[in-house]
Amino acid sequence: MLKDKLRAFIVENYLYGEEPSDLTDDTSFLDAGIIDSTGVMELILFLEQEFGISVGDTEMVPENLDSLDCLCRYLQGKGVDASGTAAGAEPQG
Amino acid sequence: MLLHDLLRTSAARFPDKAACVCEGQRWTYTHLEEASNRLAHGLADAGIGPGDRVAVWLDNSIESVLSVFAILKAGAAFVMLNPTLKAPKLCYLLKDCAASAVILRGRAGAVIEVIEREVDSVRFFLCCGPKAAEEQAGAKPRFAFESYVGSFPATAPPRSAIDLDIAALVYTSGSTGQPKGVIATHQSMGSAVASIAAYLGNVPEDVILNPLPLSFTYGLSQLTTAARVGATVVLERSFAYPYQLVQRVAAEQVTGFPGVPTIFATLLQMKDIDPGLLDSVRYVTSAGAALPPAHVERLPGLFRNAEIFNMYGQTECVRVTYLSGEALRQRPGSVGRGMPNQQLSLMDAAGNPVAPGETGELVVRGAHVMKGYWNLPEKTEAKLRPGRYPWERELHTGDLFRVDEAGYLYFVSRQDDIIKTRGEKVSPIEVENCIAELASVQDVGVTGVPDPILGEAIKAVVVAAEGAAVTEKAIIGHCRSRLENFMVPKIVEFRASLPKVPSGKLIRKALIEDGAANPERNGT
Repeated sequence: MLKDKLRAFIVENYLYGEEPSDLTDDTSFLDAGIIDSTGVMELILFLEQEFGISVGDTEMVPENLDSLDCLCRYLQGKGVDASGTAAGAEPQG
Repeated sequence: MLLHDLLRTSAARFPDKAACVCEGQRWTYTHLEEASNRLAHGLADAGIGPGDRVAVWLDNSIESVLSVFAILKAGAAFVMLNPTLKAPKLCYLLKDCAASAVILRGRAGAVIEVIEREVDSVRFFLCCGPKAAEEQAGAKPRFAFESYVGSFPATAPPRSAIDLDIAALVYTSGSTGQPKGVIATHQSMGSAVASIAAYLGNVPEDVILNPLPLSFTYGLSQLTTAARVGATVVLERSFAYPYQLVQRVAAEQVTGFPGVPTIFATLLQMKDIDPGLLDSVRYVTSAGAALPPAHVERLPGLFRNAEIFNMYGQTECVRVTYLSGEALRQRPGSVGRGMPNQQLSLMDAAGNPVAPGETGELVVRGAHVMKGYWNLPEKTEAKLRPGRYPWERELHTGDLFRVDEAGYLYFVSRQDDIIKTRGEKVSPIEVENCIAELASVQDVGVTGVPDPILGEAIKAVVVAAEGAAVTEKAIIGHCRSRLENFMVPKIVEFRASLPKVPSGKLIRKALIEDGAANPERNGT
């Protein structure tokens, strides 16, 4: 699932594997101190590589990137499906 | 004149004008003046007064703004602490300044418990936002910011300070690895603010965007400068989402844009910004680290109607020099000349002035110079030394400059090893001490390496303990749990040994060397 994939990336890269009990789907990464300015750039790099999308400069706003829910909504709007398959990729199996 | 008089005076002149815009809320000068009066009464009621220090561990928010003014109005001094501080260092700083109270986010329940156990001087907590106060009982009183503030009168509390009293302690990285509390008085901060507002030509119509943390003197001075002239501050929590800043500029018709070179490097990288969105900006300031000449050249393309100010300062006196306009175009490598109401000199090791073109330590004389470092008389004596008059002390900055015939200063180097990253100062020893806590690490050296966005990126060179497995991830993870975010290394390199002189002292410069990170080797 897309959300699980994103959650795994956040936990692995920003929380160093320790998932805090209060990381819910709508937790603001900024509010919770999970991501700061350089963290956002790493997140964007991950999204572009993992899902084959291009994040426009004007799309780098909290409404698109600042929680698991925001990320899912944004990625699905860019053509990534709910299973987390890259945009434009052939369905597998 | 006390620092909070700036707010009182502007509230009398512009009662209904927006003083602060934050998270969609607009606070008028009257609103800010009255709410900070209420909070000041509340603090006084809880026993805060002259001689107390109150710590504020919050991100940029209306509560942090109210706290600054209210603590001063109660006659105490504020200590703004970086919101990304972790519990051990937070406790260290609270103990160092013997804080009487802490204003923080209520959700930081676990940290509150650590402070209760470890910091005896703290008498109570003022908790902001959800999960505040009443819900949780603790060993020391926890008041909910909002309901507590609302129960006190909006009238001005009695004056209990004079301008020689301490207004703030501002912590800055020390070359020995221990942060030092810079003592700023109402007079020293007021003097810096007056000089800054004068050279920026601030007017009541200004709308100043502030994404810089209030724990940083450069961020705090945006608030005090605006209060001085009756301008509006648009407070942002961070610059994590750069395009949001651009949107905010357009929406609020921002006229003043303060940043650090990292912010400008990020904005200049973005390809599809419509510069029309930034046309309301009349001035852009850069401080915290050297602004690369390439940025000086490209910023006018982004900020089409703005004058660019490149500035230099240090926490010990807030600001020293600025450079703008034609002079900046002609001397893009300079930090400019002194701001109003101070005198500068360059001195050699023997304390004699150097000739133009020669390198010397910058020495600053003015009312904006700090009174010393908190509880560090020896360090204070080394930094504040007798000057041209026997009755005063001058600030020895530790920064080496040369000056041209026209009096423009050019930065040469620092006398210590402090790293400047993202506009923040980082002591390599503090980062080394943190990494050395890991049992799998035998030896570690930390330095700064040139980085196009960060200015300098923090690089750790690690020697693993014999037989131990240590990974980059383990080191960075450990640092993230102990240090403020900006102090966490970007690069970790493993070596068999560290470069040292025969006596065992680390040769820090030799840590930079490594194929990929050395621009000279790459021929760029």
